[in-house]
Amino acid sequence: MNMNINVRDFVFKNIKAYDGDASFLSGATSKTKKLWTECQKLLKKEADAGGVLDIDTETISTIDSHKAGYIDKKLEIIVGLQTDAPLKRAIKPFGGIRAIKHACEENGKEIDKHVLETFTKYRKTHNHGVFDAYTDEMLKLRKTGVLTGLPDAYARGRIIGDYRRVALYGIDKLIADKKQDKENLLGSMTDEKIRLREEISEQINALELMKKMAERYGFDISVPAVSAKEAVQWTYFAYLSAVKEQDGAAMSLGNVSNFLDIYIEKDLKSGLINESQAQELIDQLIIKLRLVRHLRTDEYNLLFAGDPTWITESLGGMWQNGQHKVTKTSYRFLQTLYNLGASPEPNLTVLWSEKLPKAFKEFCAKVSIDTSSIQYENDDLMRDVAKVDDYGISCCVSLLNSGKQMQFFGARCNIAKALLLAINGGVDELTGIKIIEGIDPVKGQFLNYQEVSKNFKKTMTFLAENYVNTMNVIHYMHDKYYYERSQMALLDTDVNRVMAFGLAGLSVAADSLSAIKFAKVKTIRNELGVTTDFEIDGNFPKYGNDDDKVDSLAKWIVENFDKELHKHHIYRNAMPTLSILTITSNVVYGKKTGTTPDSRKVGMPFAPGANPMHGRDTSGAIASLNSVAKISYKNARDGVSNTFTVTPKSLGSSLEEQIDNLTTLLDGYFKKRAHHINVNILNKETLLKAMESPELYPQLTIRVSGYAVNFVKLNREQQMEVLARTFFESM
Amino acid sequence: MKACSFMKIHSIETFGTGEGPGIRLLVFTQGCNFRCSYCHNPDTFEINGGKEMSVDEIIKTALNQKEYFGEKGGITVSGGEPTLQVEEMIKLFSRAKKNNINTALDTNGSIISDQVKELYELTDLLILDVKHIDDDQHIKLTGCSNKNTLEMAEYREKSGKKMWLRYVLVPGINDQKETLIKFGEYFKNYKNIEKVEILPYHTLGVYKYKELGIKYKLEGVLPPTKNSILEAENIFKKYFKAC
Repeated sequence: MNMNINVRDFVFKNIKAYDGDASFLSGATSKTKKLWTECQKLLKKEADAGGVLDIDTETISTIDSHKAGYIDKKLEIIVGLQTDAPLKRAIKPFGGIRAIKHACEENGKEIDKHVLETFTKYRKTHNHGVFDAYTDEMLKLRKTGVLTGLPDAYARGRIIGDYRRVALYGIDKLIADKKQDKENLLGSMTDEKIRLREEISEQINALELMKKMAERYGFDISVPAVSAKEAVQWTYFAYLSAVKEQDGAAMSLGNVSNFLDIYIEKDLKSGLINESQAQELIDQLIIKLRLVRHLRTDEYNLLFAGDPTWITESLGGMWQNGQHKVTKTSYRFLQTLYNLGASPEPNLTVLWSEKLPKAFKEFCAKVSIDTSSIQYENDDLMRDVAKVDDYGISCCVSLLNSGKQMQFFGARCNIAKALLLAINGGVDELTGIKIIEGIDPVKGQFLNYQEVSKNFKKTMTFLAENYVNTMNVIHYMHDKYYYERSQMALLDTDVNRVMAFGLAGLSVAADSLSAIKFAKVKTIRNELGVTTDFEIDGNFPKYGNDDDKVDSLAKWIVENFDKELHKHHIYRNAMPTLSILTITSNVVYGKKTGTTPDSRKVGMPFAPGANPMHGRDTSGAIASLNSVAKISYKNARDGVSNTFTVTPKSLGSSLEEQIDNLTTLLDGYFKKRAHHINVNILNKETLLKAMESPELYPQLTIRVSGYAVNFVKLNREQQMEVLARTFFESM
Repeated sequence: MKACSFMKIHSIETFGTGEGPGIRLLVFTQGCNFRCSYCHNPDTFEINGGKEMSVDEIIKTALNQKEYFGEKGGITVSGGEPTLQVEEMIKLFSRAKKNNINTALDTNGSIISDQVKELYELTDLLILDVKHIDDDQHIKLTGCSNKNTLEMAEYREKSGKKMWLRYVLVPGINDQKETLIKFGEYFKNYKNIEKVEILPYHTLGVYKYKELGIKYKLEGVLPPTKNSILEAENIFKKYFKAC
């Protein structure tokens, strides 16, 4: 472990925590306004072009592959683009050449012949490697949609480089440090040691390339940043290097705001900048982050709708010693939602603690009410369980210890479908494919709870084992063929690893078990004996009403699946973590799932994340929140996502009342040890209007499951699913 | 003991705002002695409807959401008319107070008894609905006199405990300037009125009348305009701190 690199210590010692209110904040400068207007024109062009403005189909994107690009050089305070022009997408074929080829074609372009030939004939990709090693079972699980969204044809993402390191130490020190780490790796050359030596060399190469890339823009980042402007620029270059070379599903920023605040405070104090210029730095950084793009296929967009990049930045939170981490720059980041308008990216996440300053809580609530663009996570809970206080949120909801931890992303397992497999003796209800051997179909006309739950347990045992194996294959190949050298260069060499598994369809599975247990569920089987429909006689408790009878079933599923995951060997000794999170894939998962015993019909969407099923949480918002809060974070360390939608009126009659009630609501929810909440404060009418006239609502942002999207970028089906969700309203 | 620890409940709302301060558990009781023409919850009229819920269950629900109450929130019982079930209400509010849960009672103030007075003592915030300051009009509007309501307002005032007044503003019925002034004059010396809430009449409950087969007496009456709400507020502002 290297003691020379310690960003946490630097922030801890130098942070100037801020207890005051938002009155110090500045609006956008004229430069920022002009620049953003130009960007808005480009964004409109991009939308009009069907979502993709342009693709560089020839250049294999690496850290230093493109020449410097600008939006409008004279207006840009912070510079750097992924390619030589804004919104022009790059090709990154190391993850899989087929996906890149398709994505080009779907957008009316053709991938360069030489690139295609190179990655078909001479250079193997991650995708190719994975399919070489997949077993028949893995392929079946994938094909039937029991496991969906696996990062086997796209980059896994989810790693957060500690981008602050570049600003704090400069590249040269980081290189020296990595060289030292490599020199220490001697002795018996085990597989792991050889691999690590090679990886460190790659990291050093990446650091060298970062310097070159910055040079193209006229900056020398071999040395530490001195001014606030440099600190923002250096940090952004570090992040930019990552998104130039990788197109990971989620590539988060971490927790840079308080770090940057130290430099800003210093420059403010010495009179080098004023508040307006401080805000300008942040606004301009945010503009750059809003323009980050990856090339995706249509199939990918169905799973993760709205072209998300998950540039998650975590704000607020507490130190373990009880002091808070709110700074003026926490405010400045939120202020960008006013200066530049609402936006899904960057994915602003407030680490909520009961002990955060009241003024900050109230400002966050106000921003939520005005923009529906931010999400909240329980800092008190995470610090207690994970024992860290310098962390970022990766992707949507999962904690990563900054600079010291990485994760292997693993999409999710369809737990509602798993229940159907249990009922049908391991046969897929839609295709008739036998997936699991050794489980008898349940007999009799009416479902017996004991019999079903016994089978369900067996099914979970099988699925967990195969899910782990599948993930091991995927991440072995990703490390081999699409290693994240620029991000790993900014993490400790002896990094701690977690493997992030997920469950989708929790509320459907829980309600189905509840129906079987508390009502009479009759099976309707087809000619092959597969149950394809159910008749339910009687009432049953539904998840989302604070009723332990069913909430305990949801809790049990999570606990049991998590326990099963822990039984297996995991690649590079990673710790398994589990999320209850779906992104927008709840629509696709639903499509791939037959009729379930809870009365949900074949093909209908699931609820997102850990949410109760649409419209079934009929006892009011608090009861619904309480049900979700019962899912223990200790068994779902990758996060428990809840998306909460309330109409402005029902939150309170005046803005003051709404702010007060929202902060109290968040305090209450998190005191229940709940983990995460997306807050939407919306009227259905607004969404309906946006569906009719999307051009009038280009920036209408809504929180979905762990992230936010431009509502108008969702397809019709996804929009309808959002509308079907429970909007808590009062009469 | 058995039967009397159960309450007749119309419904429960766990995320109540606007019925007293903060986030509150709202309990709507079943059964009302008034028949207000504008009532948007006619389905709470009959004492024989609704469902039974034990005081235990209600307290358990309140305790499950105590974390969300913060400094201001708590439990609000509305109706129907909660004081029709005064014995159970005393039990409920005693239990709430024992558990440090703030209590609010939304009542028409029509029932006077030692027990109701005892209930008032257990009530942190009394939300008193004064439907019309003129007794004749009150009778016309609700079917009952306002005599008791005003007496209970005076009783509350003397007890020195907090009270809000509620005024459902209905065009042509109680929105006349002189009616509003008379209302203000009547209460202007009250020290314990923290707030007067004007609730604009709305027609969202009209469909329920059709379902229940009850004649809707205010057929054709439109909700008050923004202007007339503002006018009423301006009049009340002369008499009360907050409205």
